Amino acid sequence: MNKTLFDKIWDSHVVESIPNGPDVLYIDKHLIHEVTSPQAFNELKERKISVFRPEKIVATADHNTPTQDQHLPVKDLLSRKQLKELTQNCEENNITLYGLGHPYNGIVHVMAPELGITQPGMTIVCGDSHTSTHGAFGTIAFGIGTSQVAQVFASQCLLVEKPKKMRVNVNGQLKKGVLPKDVILYIISKLGTNSGTGHFCEYAGNVFEDMSMEGRMTVCNMSIEMGARGGLIAPDDITFDYVEGREFAPKGQKFEKQKAFWKTLKTDQDADFDKEFSLDAEDIEPMVTYGTNPGMGIKLTGTIPLNGGKSADKALEYMGFVPGESLLDKPVNWIFIGSCTNSRIEDFRVAAAYIKGKQKAGNVNALIVPGSRQVAEQIKAEGLQEIFEEAGFTLRQPGCSACLAMNDDKIPAGEYCVSTSNRNFEGRQGQGARTILASPLTAAATAIAGKLTDFSKNLN
Amino acid sequence: MEKFIKLTDTAIPLETENIDTDQIIPARFLKATDKAGFGENLFRDWRYTNEGKLNTEFSLNNPLFTGTILVAGDNFGCGSSREHAAWALKAYGFKAVVSSYFADIFKGNALNNSLLPVQVSPEFLQSLFKYIKADPLGQITIDLEKQQILILGTGESEKFEIDPYKKTCMLNGYDDIDFLLSRLDSIKKYEEKQLEL
Repeated sequence: MNKTLFDKIWDSHVVESIPNGPDVLYIDKHLIHEVTSPQAFNELKERKISVFRPEKIVATADHNTPTQDQHLPVKDLLSRKQLKELTQNCEENNITLYGLGHPYNGIVHVMAPELGITQPGMTIVCGDSHTSTHGAFGTIAFGIGTSQVAQVFASQCLLVEKPKKMRVNVNGQLKKGVLPKDVILYIISKLGTNSGTGHFCEYAGNVFEDMSMEGRMTVCNMSIEMGARGGLIAPDDITFDYVEGREFAPKGQKFEKQKAFWKTLKTDQDADFDKEFSLDAEDIEPMVTYGTNPGMGIKLTGTIPLNGGKSADKALEYMGFVPGESLLDKPVNWIFIGSCTNSRIEDFRVAAAYIKGKQKAGNVNALIVPGSRQVAEQIKAEGLQEIFEEAGFTLRQPGCSACLAMNDDKIPAGEYCVSTSNRNFEGRQGQGARTILASPLTAAATAIAGKLTDFSKNLN
Repeated sequence: MEKFIKLTDTAIPLETENIDTDQIIPARFLKATDKAGFGENLFRDWRYTNEGKLNTEFSLNNPLFTGTILVAGDNFGCGSSREHAAWALKAYGFKAVVSSYFADIFKGNALNNSLLPVQVSPEFLQSLFKYIKADPLGQITIDLEKQQILILGTGESEKFEIDPYKKTCMLNGYDDIDFLLSRLDSIKKYEEKQLEL
């Protein structure tokens, strides 16, 4: 039978299928962080059971960490306690932790791929919905709740019903200034925030084949924003080249053997999908969101739809927008380039290339937060730090930061923030904060102009 | 885990669609390392104004509406995987959430905490809203054994779907860890087989 990429990976990880019930799915790699793991460790303690396969778990501290003075004790006492518990739990259970200050520390979905922990064909879970990011490597990666974190601790498996399969094809030539972030925001705006519910989504077509791994991660990252459990892209030479030589990637002959297997990981011709969509690359323009869910997106030069309904009206009231209006020339006082969606080196390169030799507008606070210590080092090594600093941008230390505002990096109530993160929910970036999701290029251009602007004419 | 068999109670309506887990429990309250205390911060930024005053327009603050059933707009629980959302609803006192659509991760988290997600048709959801608003003391019965939700005042009812395995767990109070621990032998065999490949 013809199988999809998703089927091939899923089926090879089924330990057993419960009749009329879920599958027992084996998990190759379990990533954990400080916020969604403590209650799972407690659960094991209460049941007096130990972690079954500690060597298959990697921990980092990211959600709750400050982005300044990381060498000092964390000021917020609750955050400090949560981080301390993570350290203790990892020590007690022999789990590798890349804590605050470690050279490998970073946002879980940035650090695992850059260390070669993420490899094609794997099953990967984490107590974080953006685990879908790792699907960029041709893996089955999905976010789980804390009860499930405890289940994986106890058995290295999960009880899960096999999701349905969908495919989104995008073919054609992307316009200048259109980034992977625009592609996924466009897809979600067309298909809706629950179009993927119950499904795993494969992205196919030359647009994704031509993308870098960083771009593919941005796309797969936001699969959850259309409701999908995860997204994935068939691994190819771009994937293998990215993985090869990384710290925890297989080496030498082992790598070659794995690569031969990874090459088989693609959807067979005529394999069946429960849903399939095809979109044209030529129709995609730089995107912005105007509402309070990621599906409420329009092209930067477009206008807010009329007659959105009751929930849309509520969202527009929160955002301070009205139906039919354009967002161009709206003053914006904050921009944030960071988060597991857009905090990889390529994102900072594209932003730096635009702002080089320019100055941010006086009204703007421009926050740059690298996804990991390694990305931060690369920013320095490539001379991007000077560009950001000369333009008046603030470069911080790595972490989730203003994406979810668990630490001090909050956008003030009522203020607009053009953000490269993944969610524009009410209060996501701070109580009353108004988030406009966009690409790193749109964010950089907004910072220079002090308002949303059609930057296409400024591109070389 | 607590059992769920049958529940008859009044309900609280929350018609907003796409309610995400950041609204159910904002991220700034996720710093706790145990499961207690999330109830007081449920829907925090909708229950209270930015100045910390009670928002009397929000249905959870409306004294007319009471009960352990939350009836919510389409696509409930989207967004973050935080199980704290299910803990907060449970700690506040809810035993079931009814909507025309649930996000996957939330649904799983709810089931793992004996909070029953009941998915109904959009038409039935509208009947529920109409009924609750017309008669806030009107009761609703959710019968898990029969997989049926019944509006007592009008006699309207609808069947709902639930994974048969999860249904057994809810009816008997079983949880997934117990089941997985009973399968460790076959899990080890799977691991050995993978090493041979």
